[in-house]
Amino acid sequence: MSELGMNLTLKIWRQKDAKAKGKMETYKVTEISEHMSFLEMLDVLNEQLINTGQEPVAFDHDCREGICGMCSLYINGEAHGPDRGVTTCQLHMRMFYNNDTIYIEPFRAKAFPVVKDLIVDRSSFDRIQHAGGFISVNTSGNTQDANSLPIPKLDADKAFDAATCIGCGACVATCKNASAMLYVSAKVSQFALLPQGKIEAKDRVLNMVEQMDKEGFGNCTNTGACEVECPKGISLENIARMNSEYLKASLVREK
Amino acid sequence: MSVLDSKTPKGPIKDQWTNHKNHINVVNPANKRSIDVIVVGTGLAGGAAAASLAEMGYKVKAFCFQDSPRRAHSIAAQGGINAAKNYQNDGDSTYRLFYDTVKGGDYRSRESNVYRLAEVSANIIDQCVAQGVPFAREYGGLLDNRSFGGVLVSRTFYAKGQTGQQLLLGAYSAMNRQIGKGKIEMFNRHEMLDVVVVDGKARGIIARDLVTGKLERHGAHAVVVATGGYGNVFFLSTNAMGSNATAAWKIHKKGAYFANPCYTQIHPTCIPRSGDYQSKLTLMSESLRNDGRIWVPKNIADVEAIRAGKKSPTELSEDERDYYLERRYPAFGNLVPRDVASRAAKERCDAGYGVNKTGEAVYLDFKSAIERYGKEAATVHGEKNASHERIIELGAAVIKSKYGNLFQMYEKIVDQNPYKTPMMIYPAVHYTMGGIWVDYNLMTTIPGCYAAGEANFSDHGANRLGASALMQGLADGYFVLPYTMGDYLADEIRTGPIATDSKEFDEAEKNVSGTIERLMNIKGTKSVDHFHKELGKVMWNNVGMARNAKGLEEAQEQIRKIREEFWKDVRIPGDMNELNTELEKAIRVADFLELGELFAKDALHRNESCGGHFREESVEVGGEQSGEAKRDDENFKYVAAWEWTGDPKTSVLHKEELEFNDIELKQRSYK
Repeated sequence: MSELGMNLTLKIWRQKDAKAKGKMETYKVTEISEHMSFLEMLDVLNEQLINTGQEPVAFDHDCREGICGMCSLYINGEAHGPDRGVTTCQLHMRMFYNNDTIYIEPFRAKAFPVVKDLIVDRSSFDRIQHAGGFISVNTSGNTQDANSLPIPKLDADKAFDAATCIGCGACVATCKNASAMLYVSAKVSQFALLPQGKIEAKDRVLNMVEQMDKEGFGNCTNTGACEVECPKGISLENIARMNSEYLKASLVREK
Repeated sequence: MSVLDSKTPKGPIKDQWTNHKNHINVVNPANKRSIDVIVVGTGLAGGAAAASLAEMGYKVKAFCFQDSPRRAHSIAAQGGINAAKNYQNDGDSTYRLFYDTVKGGDYRSRESNVYRLAEVSANIIDQCVAQGVPFAREYGGLLDNRSFGGVLVSRTFYAKGQTGQQLLLGAYSAMNRQIGKGKIEMFNRHEMLDVVVVDGKARGIIARDLVTGKLERHGAHAVVVATGGYGNVFFLSTNAMGSNATAAWKIHKKGAYFANPCYTQIHPTCIPRSGDYQSKLTLMSESLRNDGRIWVPKNIADVEAIRAGKKSPTELSEDERDYYLERRYPAFGNLVPRDVASRAAKERCDAGYGVNKTGEAVYLDFKSAIERYGKEAATVHGEKNASHERIIELGAAVIKSKYGNLFQMYEKIVDQNPYKTPMMIYPAVHYTMGGIWVDYNLMTTIPGCYAAGEANFSDHGANRLGASALMQGLADGYFVLPYTMGDYLADEIRTGPIATDSKEFDEAEKNVSGTIERLMNIKGTKSVDHFHKELGKVMWNNVGMARNAKGLEEAQEQIRKIREEFWKDVRIPGDMNELNTELEKAIRVADFLELGELFAKDALHRNESCGGHFREESVEVGGEQSGEAKRDDENFKYVAAWEWTGDPKTSVLHKEELEFNDIELKQRSYK
């Protein structure tokens, strides 16, 4: 790599709106520092496009520190690109080489329709949460003292690990079936592992899975790709737990 | 008397909130169903308020600019949330939390509000646990705590370095339950661009659908603005890219006074910037100061060798290191409040001891903590003669379990392993204590319009203590607004639905579309970011960690110039009736360009140093406190609330005098 940084060719999906037909466009950027984040590299491209009278590439992003879950790029055939355990905004250009050609697409899934360019609509994820991703407790100043409900550290830690899901959708984008099982199982697991969540556990898993199917996500065939691409390392163990919760609940469900 | 009535209840401070709740009006459950409330912003304050109000029976419409309420920037809060539970038996109490917060804020906050915050803090933890928030626990199954800066007790509850995420997902889940029931109507990818005032009352908002570009009218009996702070006026900050002041600024221009805009928190531990392309700065949680020690080399020769890459910081012996916080502040050491730690870092770097190429970095070192934890762990494992390598291995594992995600984040950004070599950190803009002026009920100077969370000015005075932002956001949303709004809404039960075809809505929509058309028609030559960066430079250089009269006067002039240039020469490609990210940014930056000037004006008028506001003209000379900030209680013991008059230059100052009945005013010492 030269002192000045990398020269790159970018192939980027451009699509005016949800109804328009999209296509890949080619752009060049030069003097890209290895210390830049991937999204800062796209900022450079956009500044270049604006200065030459073209429309910048639209992409979702917000916190730029890997926690909001808004950024969602499919880079060289991988959700969030070639690094592991990171979101697109945490991916740095040191992962690429001078003169590379980089393909940038939106997350692809029937349940994630394209809104514009690289932005997709993930409201299907929210609707699954509306169906049961909560514990039915109203705000009140009179809930019991937090320490009156001891929880084994191991359970609390496992619930926490599941709860770190950022809802980015990389699991869906990377799955050949566009399945949302890792995402849904993370929420089901968080509550299944905690005593507070047990009361509504049966309805929760049944309702969330029903909504997941309605949204058009595919089924799980245990390839494990979701776990590999998940920026937060959500474990496949959660899917197993959800399957067992689902089975138990379907056998005893009262109508 | 001032035009500002804080509506602080009478009586002893410890009874004020209870008495207030007992005597304010309430709306009966049947009537709540016919009352509409708009909540803008879905972070901790907005999300908690929307969920709680919907549970009570109000019809809620909630708005966020992100694609889901779960992405609000509260999600990025790392370290923890304070609560006066006294679970650690270290003598904590409501009073102590109240005292620490008022002192930490350098005696520039309203006592009554802060006391209430401390009072409801314990309820927040109970509520969050009931919702299934997985806080860190000890082996006995009870909740764990850690310490934060500026206090001498352990009252911070946490979930690794992702406390904000877990609390926000708790509020989001409470919202989801109400969205599923149809009690909250959620508007994602919508941005509030004006508040509509009818007969002096807030009656709704104009919002832009960010996907279609269409303007929408939404009527309501009350409007809550919980849209966060304005740190992005500096361009570079730890805020999210989309964090903006537009909703707050719009209500300001319609009559809500803006309080203490110059109170900004520069957080001491952020990853230093690496180049001109930098788009944002990343925080390394204050919780790291529990275990990390901050230092720079004692000798300038070592600094130069490190900068040249000829020496590594790990080669320096203890004698060659200057742990300047421990040296200057023996009582609080590395856990002094943020403003003090930031200024101390700047002092060392200005003196030439900065350890990276830009000269703007100090070390945050975990070596001692890794050794200490390693020895403890070896004892627990019964390894009496553990080797040094084994101790380091065990210690690193403990550090990983406490701060693993932060260390990983650091390594991904900087490409260095912080388990092996000290982190490099430097102060960065993080939080804004100033904001919309509100009374005890969190109502702004527009009747029916409320401000909550970071968007208001209420609880942190001139400096916020660590782990108090989450506490305030959730206190406002879960436990304050649901009560205080009832007092106002009780008079609205006969009003009926708010019509959106009135002349006030017509006019507000026309103004918004006029502004957008004007922006689109400039067709200039420079991008929005160009102007935002120019503004950021002026703010950082003249209105940053150290301020003086000359610099602040210049800043106002320079910001005016940038603003004029912006309105002549900004280029926004694309169309207004579609998803247009450049237009979104332009609308926000136009507001920052006004806010920035008021910010500098406020900083100029406050000729004292207090908390995060440091005036070079106001410094202690001589004695033990030499060089520390010097407050001027005689002349500045008030909240500066600015009234909009059409131009920041002519904004009118109103003062709310602060009264300290329960805490003695004295110099803040952390020595």
